Amino acid sequence: MHDVAVDAPTIATGHAPAAAPPEGADFEIVPRAGLPIIAVVLGLLIAGIAVNEEWPLTFLHVVGGAAWTIIDLFLGFVLGPIMGKLSIPARVELTKRLMPKMVLIMPTVVTVTLAAGWQLAVHLGTVQSSFDLHGWVVASYIVVGVMAIIALGLLEPANIAVLVELKKHRPNPQVIEKLMKRFIYTAGATGLMQVATLVIMTKLASG
Amino acid sequence: MSERRLPPVTQLAMTSLALIVAGGIYLASHIPNPVPLAPAIALLAASALLLATNLLLLARVSDFPWRHFFDVAKWALLAYTIIAGMIEYAFLRNHLKGGALVVLTLSLVVFAVHVPTLIGFTVARFYEPESAPGPA
Repeated sequence: MHDVAVDAPTIATGHAPAAAPPEGADFEIVPRAGLPIIAVVLGLLIAGIAVNEEWPLTFLHVVGGAAWTIIDLFLGFVLGPIMGKLSIPARVELTKRLMPKMVLIMPTVVTVTLAAGWQLAVHLGTVQSSFDLHGWVVASYIVVGVMAIIALGLLEPANIAVLVELKKHRPNPQVIEKLMKRFIYTAGATGLMQVATLVIMTKLASG
Repeated sequence: MSERRLPPVTQLAMTSLALIVAGGIYLASHIPNPVPLAPAIALLAASALLLATNLLLLARVSDFPWRHFFDVAKWALLAYTIIAGMIEYAFLRNHLKGGALVVLTLSLVVFAVHVPTLIGFTVARFYEPESAPGPA
């Protein structure tokens, strides 16, 4: 079984000339202005784990988890289908503005949610196999594990690759189309998994 | 339209990640009881073998755009090293030690190398020699 790399011509084959993406898109793949904010958030996470108290850990886990769930659901079920129906130039414009922010936001939100959540669970004792709802906790590990594999293996590489393609003087619409399709489908899959996360987390919170 | 055949890097990387995630879940689901490490070690070894296979298969691809691969992979490696470091910090903060710490640390190493490899590959596979990069 082999992947096939497509060396397609750089003209907008199969699309009307007006559908071709603009040449040499001027944007940052990783928005440098956002890096200090990320550093502050990660600093808060380190501090939260170091003090190991319930309120800061709950705050970081709930805020991070809420952001992660809402972004996944919104991308998967609202923005994804809309993007699929946009014209290519409109999709390119949206992608250039949305995707660089996602490159910073998603890994940070996921790291904060999982690290603070694990520490909180250790603090509360809910990671212990003697915990009443241990089966639900293990189910949450599995759901998060599957989401991580999809996000790391498919979603994140597609996100970066589409941005690199858009940085070229003459982006290839076929490559963008293929990568965006992958992004939208995987965002939908993780959106579905987030529904399972909501079920598990509300069960754990209510006992 | 010309086509270049490439090894199944994405499939192998996702399988490798699935194996270390399974090992992590196996260890985490038994806390605080002592747990045989053999299944987790076997999963980690299989995952590391897939990483080595992936790198070997990629190294054998003729005319692979390595410069474009490393342009992206080096920054991804930095980012995922920071993420792996945060997770390791949480392990150490909770006084994890012994065999479980070694297995989980090596799992993080596989994770921190394989994900950037996959990102670099996904970018480089769409490289076309005639398309110059745009403004930085």
